[in-house]
Amino acid sequence: MAILTEEIHLPQIGDDQLKLLERLSNACAVSGDEGEVRKIVLEEVRPHADEVKVDALGNVMVSKHGSGERPLRVMLAAHMDEVGLMLTYDVGDGIYRFDTVGGVSTSDLPAKAIWVGKDHVPGVIGLKPLHLGNSDEHKRPVGLDDLRIDVGPVSGKVKVGDRATFATMFIRQGLSLRGKALDNRLGVATLIELVKHAPPQIELQAAFTVQEEIASRGARVAAFNFNPDMAIILDSTPAYDLPVWDVDENVRYNSRLGAGPAIYVADSGTLYDPRLVRYLIETAEAHGIPYQIRQPGGGGTDAGVIHKQRIGVPSVSVSVPGRYHHSPAAIVRLSDWQHTMDLVATALFYLTPKVLDGER
Amino acid sequence: MIDILAFLKELISAPGISGYESGVRPLIEKAWEPITDKLSISRLGSLHGFQQGTGPEPRPSILVAAHMDAIGLMVNAIIDGFLRVTSIGGIDTRVLPGQMVTVHGRRDLPGMIVPVPARLLPSSVQSTVVQLEYLLVDVGLLPEEVISLVRVGDTISFAQPPIETAGETLVGHTLDDRAAIASLTHCLEILHSRPHIWDVWAVATVQEEITYAGALTSAFQLHPSLAVSLDVTFGSDPSSPSHLTFPMGKGPTLMRGPIVHPFLYKTINRLAEQLEIPLSVEPAPSYSATDSDAMLIVAEGIPNLVIGIPLRYMHTPVEMIALKDITRAGRLAAEFIAQLDENFMDKLIWED
Repeated sequence: MAILTEEIHLPQIGDDQLKLLERLSNACAVSGDEGEVRKIVLEEVRPHADEVKVDALGNVMVSKHGSGERPLRVMLAAHMDEVGLMLTYDVGDGIYRFDTVGGVSTSDLPAKAIWVGKDHVPGVIGLKPLHLGNSDEHKRPVGLDDLRIDVGPVSGKVKVGDRATFATMFIRQGLSLRGKALDNRLGVATLIELVKHAPPQIELQAAFTVQEEIASRGARVAAFNFNPDMAIILDSTPAYDLPVWDVDENVRYNSRLGAGPAIYVADSGTLYDPRLVRYLIETAEAHGIPYQIRQPGGGGTDAGVIHKQRIGVPSVSVSVPGRYHHSPAAIVRLSDWQHTMDLVATALFYLTPKVLDGER
Repeated sequence: MIDILAFLKELISAPGISGYESGVRPLIEKAWEPITDKLSISRLGSLHGFQQGTGPEPRPSILVAAHMDAIGLMVNAIIDGFLRVTSIGGIDTRVLPGQMVTVHGRRDLPGMIVPVPARLLPSSVQSTVVQLEYLLVDVGLLPEEVISLVRVGDTISFAQPPIETAGETLVGHTLDDRAAIASLTHCLEILHSRPHIWDVWAVATVQEEITYAGALTSAFQLHPSLAVSLDVTFGSDPSSPSHLTFPMGKGPTLMRGPIVHPFLYKTINRLAEQLEIPLSVEPAPSYSATDSDAMLIVAEGIPNLVIGIPLRYMHTPVEMIALKDITRAGRLAAEFIAQLDENFMDKLIWED
């Protein structure tokens, strides 16, 4: 495929994009309470969109019209929400019981700083001092019942029902980025850039979705409302590319940092459309963009509900690989983010209805 | 007056795990320089600040110790760019996954103790607490960069930034025992503008968390008549037994037990009452778990006193302390020292 790539103005990750990702990562948007991220998204996309609306569940629905009679309707989805906590009971004197929202591992909670509520009130999840436990207490995993949120000995600073997240500030670390909620602020930041650089021949339907981490409720109604011809879901998939305990070969890495965007074939919610998987792979190979196939297995994205909406929506997911998602911070490679942007932007630029020719 | 909050935030942001205190010591020197007559550094690295008393020679002297070392970690292997670590000081492994750290390599590197995916662990430990030997630190760099910047034996500090929480409390790592360094600094500041008959040795000790080497050697070298430890103690929190903890923000604690001379206890207790400084009594049946355990048995033996500052979530990176308790502890120590007269040692008897 001799293609003049210089014709495409691929979105580049520079200082502005990194600053935007930093803002998105430091913002708190636990599933069901996505307001802080929604505000940033609206601010960013409004000047570049033909239509913007916030739907009944809080999804941000952005359209950029395509040229021609009936341009291909391409839904791009990225979820705005993150896993986190909710305060459930006021014990008094600034101490609260709490529950988790989405897949938060209890073992990541002890002795962490958190932000509570819209004002990011600082607090901690403490742990009984080692000295005071009986001899084998520290060998038992902590349960949610053992833990409390502590915002300091004052009542009324925060309320039952407030959400909380880990208090982690985004940083750049050599070739890597570290921050909380990079699942899926990376997808959100990518989609914002794609809205700004939408190709003319397609109807771009960008859905910044809510509640992905707790059953993909947002994506379900977003896909109904957009009624797209196909969908590409932008997310961040776990990279388990760490040494195995006995330093044996790691064959269960799911995805790897530095190996490019991870293209999904199958996960626990979706058997991805082979035509779209093939198209992404061919695009990557034709343009020299590194890519990897995410190891088929568990997990899932908004594709799980999108591909089953209405009469069915051919779907594919593409992820920036990231280590330690859902913990206080994830570590990702800047190059993987750029290559993900390159792949999706290039794929959209050359996309025609032909991609769906032939039966699945 | 020294701004205790700003000073303490600076102190806990400086590295200095046990045995490697040179990162924090200059900050203490800077604060003590204007309020002491003389500063020196011991052979093992403890900082000695001297304030001369007004009494006739030979003057009795009192040593007030607060330890400046921190608990932390150390690199013990490098595998594919990831670091395996060992602990320096008592750390509950359960607080480690997801914790931010600074790796003191050829330059300081931000790192994260990673929650190791269960699939990469032996099946026998997948549902238990992941032991330290299986934890890894990720500094986000390529393996070849890591090899060139990090060596086995490099120290690792917690990187949790200080947080001001409600009710004039501060959260951070190493408030044990830098909060007591702040107390001691407050004490020195009071005594600087107040006559005291006794000589005063303020000592920021090293290696309290592991060996008490700093307290042992400084107490021997300075040979004080009396010694005081300023240290943190267990603050009541929602998960700890109330009978073993002391309310945070309600004043310092005074220890009672074999480490503390009963007459000293009685004297300072009475003094606190007169000054209306609220107190809790901290019973310590065998050990104090402070520098006083060491100072008590130096040379011919030194009568000791232990003042505690209640601290929540001790030995985690989110220790919480009330600023008021820090200044109260410092003031109590200063008032105690200021009232010591020439003949105090003669009054120090066993009232059997």
